Amino acid sequence: MEQIEVPDQFVDNNEFQLEGIDFITNGDQYLTFTLGEENYGIDILVVSEIRGWDVPTHIPNAPAHVKGVTNLRGTIVPIVDLRTLFHLGEAEYKPTTVVIVISLTNERVDRTMGFVVDSVSDVLNADVDEVKSHSSFGGSVPPDYVDGLVNVGEDIVTLLNVEQLLSLDDDHAEH
Amino acid sequence: MAIEMEQFYDIFFEESLEGLDVMEQSLLSMNSGSETDLEIINNIFRAAHSIKGGSGTFGFTEVAEFTHVLETLLDEARDGKYTLTEESIELLLRSCDCLRNMIFALQAKESIDTEQSKELIEAFNKILDEENGGGGSAPSAELASESNASAEDDGLKNWQIVFVPEPEVLQTGNEPLRLFKELAALGELSCKAHFDKLPSCEELIADECYLSWTLELKNSDASEEEILEVFDWVIDECKLEVKAVSGETEQDVEREVESKSAEVHEEKEIPNAKEEPKQAPKPVAAKPAAPKSGGNENAGSAASASASSIRVGIDKVDNLFNLVGELVITQSMLSELGNNFDMTKLEKLSSGLEQLLQNTKEMQESVMRIRMLPISFAFNRFPRMIRDLSVKIGKKVELIIQGESTELDKTVMEKISDPLVHLVRNAIDHGIETAEERLEKGKPETGHIRLDAYHQGGNIVIEVGDDGKGLNKDAIFNKAVEKGLIERDVQLTEPEIFDLIFQPGFSTAQQVSDISGRGVGMDVVKRNIKSLGGRILIESKIDVGTTIKVHLPLTLAILDGQLVRVGEEVYVVPLLAIVESLQIKSELVNRVSGDILLYRLREDNVPIIRIYEEFGIEADNVDIDNALLVVVEGDGQKVGLLVDELLAQQQVVIKSLESNYKRVDGVSGATILGDGSVSMIIDIPGLISYSSKRSRKRSHVKAA
Repeated sequence: MEQIEVPDQFVDNNEFQLEGIDFITNGDQYLTFTLGEENYGIDILVVSEIRGWDVPTHIPNAPAHVKGVTNLRGTIVPIVDLRTLFHLGEAEYKPTTVVIVISLTNERVDRTMGFVVDSVSDVLNADVDEVKSHSSFGGSVPPDYVDGLVNVGEDIVTLLNVEQLLSLDDDHAEH
Repeated sequence: MAIEMEQFYDIFFEESLEGLDVMEQSLLSMNSGSETDLEIINNIFRAAHSIKGGSGTFGFTEVAEFTHVLETLLDEARDGKYTLTEESIELLLRSCDCLRNMIFALQAKESIDTEQSKELIEAFNKILDEENGGGGSAPSAELASESNASAEDDGLKNWQIVFVPEPEVLQTGNEPLRLFKELAALGELSCKAHFDKLPSCEELIADECYLSWTLELKNSDASEEEILEVFDWVIDECKLEVKAVSGETEQDVEREVESKSAEVHEEKEIPNAKEEPKQAPKPVAAKPAAPKSGGNENAGSAASASASSIRVGIDKVDNLFNLVGELVITQSMLSELGNNFDMTKLEKLSSGLEQLLQNTKEMQESVMRIRMLPISFAFNRFPRMIRDLSVKIGKKVELIIQGESTELDKTVMEKISDPLVHLVRNAIDHGIETAEERLEKGKPETGHIRLDAYHQGGNIVIEVGDDGKGLNKDAIFNKAVEKGLIERDVQLTEPEIFDLIFQPGFSTAQQVSDISGRGVGMDVVKRNIKSLGGRILIESKIDVGTTIKVHLPLTLAILDGQLVRVGEEVYVVPLLAIVESLQIKSELVNRVSGDILLYRLREDNVPIIRIYEEFGIEADNVDIDNALLVVVEGDGQKVGLLVDELLAQQQVVIKSLESNYKRVDGVSGATILGDGSVSMIIDIPGLISYSSKRSRKRSHVKAA
């Protein structure tokens, strides 16, 4: 195999870029995924990994959206099905079904949890002023879970509030 | 430089606190008045000296000054000039507390409250003064010079210093000439060397010091402390006498006075600490800086920082090191085997895997052992407490400690300390009678409190016993009825009655005292012990005494478990909770009081809990006949768990569910099995109470 040499000056003056993927943006980045027909996004910085669906261990008497716990390299991580939580579409488990593992540590929350989604779509760049407050029409997603909406071409992506997702606040889920 | 010093603060605090513990214990072991063991005094002295040295090095002057006074008294005692009385021991104990408070304050970066220390310093000075008045010979001037040091500072003084170094002084890198140069900076120095010990040339050893000196420091504004400070590093290796020769500055007058006043002037002999193994700052500096995470220097982290280090015997570490070595060998053997594997090597592989199993098991054990500390860490605070309490309430109490080398997991130890304190306080306050009462009953005047610890199975048992009046069953029963905790007509067994004292709000003490009796306590004790997975038992006989036994698991991290299968789920049942496992014979099953199934196990009727029902899952077998029943005991109650299959028994590592999820009823945690899957650990007492709560709810629904 032929070796590709990277000229030093490219690395040095920081102009070395990967084409096609724009890493450098001014706005926030979101990982977008689909739940049924809808598009959702979460702050990409809290996503620690994306893994395939694997049947977790049942937690006795847990609410329906908590599918159970799984072993993430020695840590016990609960798995929540967002489709059940938000009453969106069928909670089917297909080859594209993935679990987004979210980990957040701040003064209010210190948790790692996995969330089942239908499929992961893209990474979305959105400036703060592109995020619109969401409509007051009540959908099946409780308003606390929504940070805002972003228009992406024809589609709308709902940005989810990570802290609320990790809060295990069952009252909202059960209504 | 300042930053560099700061990294040693934690070590200093830790060592000082340890030193204080040593001091405290030694003080307590000293029988006042009787012949004091020199070794004990030396111990105390050494501890005080280390603290003084360390605090001086780090610039904690308040601590250094205070320990200095302490040391002066101890030095007197060590030289036999002063016998420690009950009063002075008490004073020394109080100064331990005071120092501890100072160190805590320093740790939390708060300002030190000097009021207490001043008070104690005064008391010490008084003792020293009194003693001088009586004995006549010793150092009141020293004290005077100390306390008045600031007053005299303005006048210029003359000092005579007799410096007799040990022969080895040069070997430790202390050059007398350098000391003299430093002294010369403090005033006019004249120096006279004494050659009388100088051997003949053949006998002379080049690196030993045979000389001694008499130095005169004139017209100096230095205080005694400043002079002593010059000799700080050689103080352990020399005889040093510092005399204030005269307040007058004229040399001739001074000379005249000097000879006459030699006997009159008191001298301060600096602790000639031959017994001192090391100079104080050395152990601090010699240790590598503890790898504390850098930025956490705020006050809030102080408490957690103190809990975060552990002292481990070198043998344990060596052992671990060996095991890691073996593990590496096994690993390389296995990877060699894997490089070109064929079926002929199958046997080798399985033996290699067996070795790996052995290695990991041993490693696990020795890592666990690192976390184990002798229970004396928890017991050591009791002698002091009992001493204080017995004085306070006027009862004569003697403490007997046994089994203090029994080892216990550090986390368990930390959580058991407070409940133990509570039990011991109770024993003194409620258990032991007053001396008169005891004599009346024909018991020895002095009451005994016994602390014992031993291993039993996978548990550690801690006993707190007293030979006091015992628990009065009727009084407890009546009190419980009065408080509405039970009905008057219920029949209770003795253990059940004793168990009532753990109910919240229960106290039979006639008077609420400073020590105990507010009725909040025993229930907290029980709750704490239960949260550790332990249990508490009371044995008591009127006028013979009470023994409280606390059973605790050795460690919170690992559990011996029986794996059981229900439907598709595998659960872990703690092996210790299992009484027996059996196949249900249908004729022994009774349906009683509306859908409760009882199984007749010999004399007992054991309620059957269907796990699949409690946990809301599917089971293979919902038929009672011939099903498997695991009889378990929790909270003194036996229940039978209906399971589909019994699987292997194995040790499991307990993982918290709460860290990423929340508490789940009937489950104490989770573990990861060999195949990487997660399995829930069943919390037997939790499951029992959850199940009975559920059935009660069901009956309410039915009634409505």
